[in-house]
Amino acid sequence: MSEAASRVPALLAGELRVVNLGLQAFASDLERRGVAVLHVAWSPPAGGDLKRAALLAALDDEEDADA
Amino acid sequence: MTTVALVKRSAYRDSVLLLDLARELRALPGVREAAALMATPANQELLAGSGLSSEDALAAGPNDLVIAIRAESAAAADLALARAEALVAARDRPVGPAGRALPRTLDSAWRRLEGANLALISVPGPFAAAEARRALLRGLHVMLFSDNVPVEAEIALKQLARRRGLLMMGPDCGTAYLAGVPLGFANAVPRGRVGLVAASGTGLQQVATLLADSGEGISHGIGVGGRDMSEAVGGAMALVAIDALAAEPATEAIVVVGKPPAPAVRAAVAARLRAAGKPAVACLLGRGARPGREGSLTIAATLEDAARAAVAAVRGHAWTPRPFGPEITGLRERLTSARRALAPGQRTVRGAYAGGTLADEARLILDAVRAGGPGVTSEIVDLGADEYTVRRAHPMIDPAARIAEIGRAAADPRTAVILLDVVLGHGAAADPAGDLAPALEAARRSARAHGRDIALVATVVGTDADPQGMRRQIARLEGAGAWVLPSNAQAARAAACIAGGEPALAAILAEAGA
Repeated sequence: MSEAASRVPALLAGELRVVNLGLQAFASDLERRGVAVLHVAWSPPAGGDLKRAALLAALDDEEDADA
Repeated sequence: MTTVALVKRSAYRDSVLLLDLARELRALPGVREAAALMATPANQELLAGSGLSSEDALAAGPNDLVIAIRAESAAAADLALARAEALVAARDRPVGPAGRALPRTLDSAWRRLEGANLALISVPGPFAAAEARRALLRGLHVMLFSDNVPVEAEIALKQLARRRGLLMMGPDCGTAYLAGVPLGFANAVPRGRVGLVAASGTGLQQVATLLADSGEGISHGIGVGGRDMSEAVGGAMALVAIDALAAEPATEAIVVVGKPPAPAVRAAVAARLRAAGKPAVACLLGRGARPGREGSLTIAATLEDAARAAVAAVRGHAWTPRPFGPEITGLRERLTSARRALAPGQRTVRGAYAGGTLADEARLILDAVRAGGPGVTSEIVDLGADEYTVRRAHPMIDPAARIAEIGRAAADPRTAVILLDVVLGHGAAADPAGDLAPALEAARRSARAHGRDIALVATVVGTDADPQGMRRQIARLEGAGAWVLPSNAQAARAAACIAGGEPALAAILAEAGA
């Protein structure tokens, strides 16, 4: 598959807007610096069952392929 | 003695919050031991191993929070449990901006945060790749802080990112600076004109802080993850990052930092740097990496040299490598007196590192000294490596693994020097020097109780603008008897000289051509 034009220059030239998934301290740090950040109250999918979580992730991908 | 447990069903908390929680509980009166963890099978084993397991805890599942407490009395245990309840409730932050409940998935956050352009992902390794993939599919650049992600998943994520023109930083990307914003473990450094590409978080931190100390700032610091320049991953993101910095007007020089790349990747990275149209420096730590020049590209042997070469490049100065900074006075006397305090059989440098690249750098320097003749041996442990962090937070946050390693080093009669790094900045522990100082003091006491001494050598990676304060941290280490040097390379050399004596110093000076 071919590569799209890089969107990295726009990222470096613009303002960060961050979705934070995981350590809440990272979101708090960014908030204190005035960076736009939205923390996700994440918990392990499928109740932490790795096999079921992998199946869910695969389903998610199929939806994207259809989209 | 009473052991009690509090179980919160379906109450996921991240490892840093849990660490803080356990620390606060341990400090309560009458509490002997406390653990706060998600009841995954691995953590259940950990609980059992520390004698904190109970029927309630055993019944908990991977998505349940368990707080286990061993206390001197039932009353103390009850008080601690009540405190635990309150702490869990206080740490809960179910609401976000404007009082709205926080989103529970990446997708809903992406829909809510207009113009979102980056996902910062630090969930446990087994779940990390799926979340990163989801983010890339939504058009978000990704910084993947999580470790314990398989290399096959990394390759697939980076291929997807390239197809979409996105940055995929990591997995195991500890540090980045994008558009003036520090991300992950990052020091407070000024913005400036040196752009960094790093397959190493602490390598990036060392170069950025030494640049700051020289009065230079960084334009951007793009982390790519420790395996990016391996043969398997092929430098997929390093090349994207170099191209971006080559085109970025505020960047006047580019520095690439990492472990030794696969030969083909090294050639591709070097070619891209020579073609960047700006001065460039590569510090790819490995045996046989000869420092020198390749056109506009400088090859630096250490992280400190990389920083000094970059300063020279943007200022149009010349520079030469030096083994010790000019600010170190009385070097020979200091080394000699430290050596004299040791027994003849004490020849080993024991490194207890939090930074993987700093550990690599120390190993290389000590190996080079050993090759020069003196009978020095070294055992450098990187306590931030994947195998040590499966069940606990990184040693930059949780000092327990390092305290244990310092104890082991002190008990070894061959140990001449305990060598360590203390990494400051956002994300790191509030007082890392204070966390380690008692263990360092105890190491010296126990060595002396056995009729020997032990030397303590450290470096602090940080700036005075960091929340922990560079000067305060140095003072705390010096108070514990440590010799604190201005860079990791200098600390490793000083350790080698104490362990190896005059012949080691001679070998170092000979290699530097001094």
